[in-house]
Amino acid sequence: MTLLEAREVGFAYRGGTPVLSDVSVTVTAGRNLALVGESGAGKSTLLRLLLGLARPSTGEVLFDGRPLRPGRDREFRRSAQPVFQDPYSSLDPRQPVDRIVSEPLRAMRIGARDEIGDRVAQTLRAVGLPADAARRYPHEFSGGQRQRIAIARAIVCEPRILLADEPVSALDVTTRVRLVELLRELKATRELTLVMVSHDLAVVSALCDEIAVLDAGRIVEQGASAAVLGSPEHPHTRRLVASVPRLRRDTGPAAP
Amino acid sequence: MTGEKPMVPDRSPAPGIPAEPAALLDVDGLSVRRADGHELLRGVSFTLAPGERLGLIGESGSGKSLTALAVLGLLPAGLSAHGSVLLAGTQIVGARDRRLDRVRGRTVSAVFQEPLTALDPLMRIGRQLAGPIRRRRGLRGAALRAAVSTALDEVRLPERVAGAYPHEISGGQRQRAALAMALACEPDLLIADEPTTALDVTVQAEVLALLNGLVSGRSMALLLIGHDLAVVADVTDRLAVLERGSLVETGRAEDIVREPRHPYTRALVESAEAFEAEFDRLAP
Repeated sequence: MTLLEAREVGFAYRGGTPVLSDVSVTVTAGRNLALVGESGAGKSTLLRLLLGLARPSTGEVLFDGRPLRPGRDREFRRSAQPVFQDPYSSLDPRQPVDRIVSEPLRAMRIGARDEIGDRVAQTLRAVGLPADAARRYPHEFSGGQRQRIAIARAIVCEPRILLADEPVSALDVTTRVRLVELLRELKATRELTLVMVSHDLAVVSALCDEIAVLDAGRIVEQGASAAVLGSPEHPHTRRLVASVPRLRRDTGPAAP
Repeated sequence: MTGEKPMVPDRSPAPGIPAEPAALLDVDGLSVRRADGHELLRGVSFTLAPGERLGLIGESGSGKSLTALAVLGLLPAGLSAHGSVLLAGTQIVGARDRRLDRVRGRTVSAVFQEPLTALDPLMRIGRQLAGPIRRRRGLRGAALRAAVSTALDEVRLPERVAGAYPHEISGGQRQRAALAMALACEPDLLIADEPTTALDVTVQAEVLALLNGLVSGRSMALLLIGHDLAVVADVTDRLAVLERGSLVETGRAEDIVREPRHPYTRALVESAEAFEAEFDRLAP
């Protein structure tokens, strides 16, 4: 089932050269999608269009088959939630965690007031945070825990799609492993489909079923992850795949 | 078992015995403290021989960058270094700026993660590069201009970059320009602190290959600081692993990647391998 679709979208800032041209991607339920490419390729802009945070200059974004009307579509707001890269800037430092996590419920008036506490507690449990996290403030948590708080805020209203911009790039590698596990688990238990912007092909391999490769505002290759990474066709994809740093475990001469 | 995590040394330096004179950099019992006495770096010791490449690896907050800053005598106000940092025979800990000026540039120079912090936004790249070359080699006029274009060529930058301001070139080009400035002083030791972390992965591969070639070409010693085990292990001979301010393991890069002995190093290697396995599964 198609959840979200960008159909031949283009985007340009006023008077500027296009950031995106003729981009089409489809988000299918249960198939995590990665948007990959280098800085300036247009990945984050495409994610913003899919989130309804910006309107395409040409083409359209469809949600459940209908053109997206951001700001007026409560069903969309509830179904598609964002997670950002930097867990230090995406959480209000002056609010306790339960206020942060319950904000989508309050903003969209979901559930009765006396249910909110329970839903927050249940969501914190789902992202692996202790119950006493609710009354604490963001500065009391590590980067990995903060990203769990950001994920809790995103999933508290039980969305169908999570749109995440580099959700694990700011984290240390050991923390990153655990966050990737959490995102996998949420996909399985909550029927949550992830759309992720990432420059890290290893993280993409671990999480995503489909990949769209962007270069200079256009999609140069897209398809199932195994096909795109296993036998990349476009030279740009080939270069990306070849540039991934590898651990050398053999004692032979280093690869050129 | 005490609460202290044991250090797993590759050789045990006996206390009291002076370092072998061959060491270019000899860090011995280096600690860095805040004004309130809190220790951010605890008793870090390692040596670097001329032409050797050492990787300093660890996660955020482990003290990697503090180690680099202490070696350069550039700790921010409010932090104090204790112990000993001997750089080509000069004691850095407690040294005044005049003594430091004699080693900075000539003996050691540095490249950091964000090249914009190393480049003056109001000065064309060529002029910025000419500064250290003029001071180090005393060149003027046409000879200086020729040296600038050679320096640009060495880091694979086109000559027109000399006339550009930092904001007019890409991130990868800026890092090459910063590298050219660091190399212009012909130092014996280059300290590179996360030099490719802010770059795209294809640009990272290019800059690493460039760094690798330039360091070998000049038989310069390299202290490469990073969080990405695959990147650091690929360019260096030896690794030193920092965890929360303490050195927990040192050894040959190959050995550490193949057989990490300290639990923390093992966690780092296993995490890196887990991601690599996911990638290998799809892109063999």
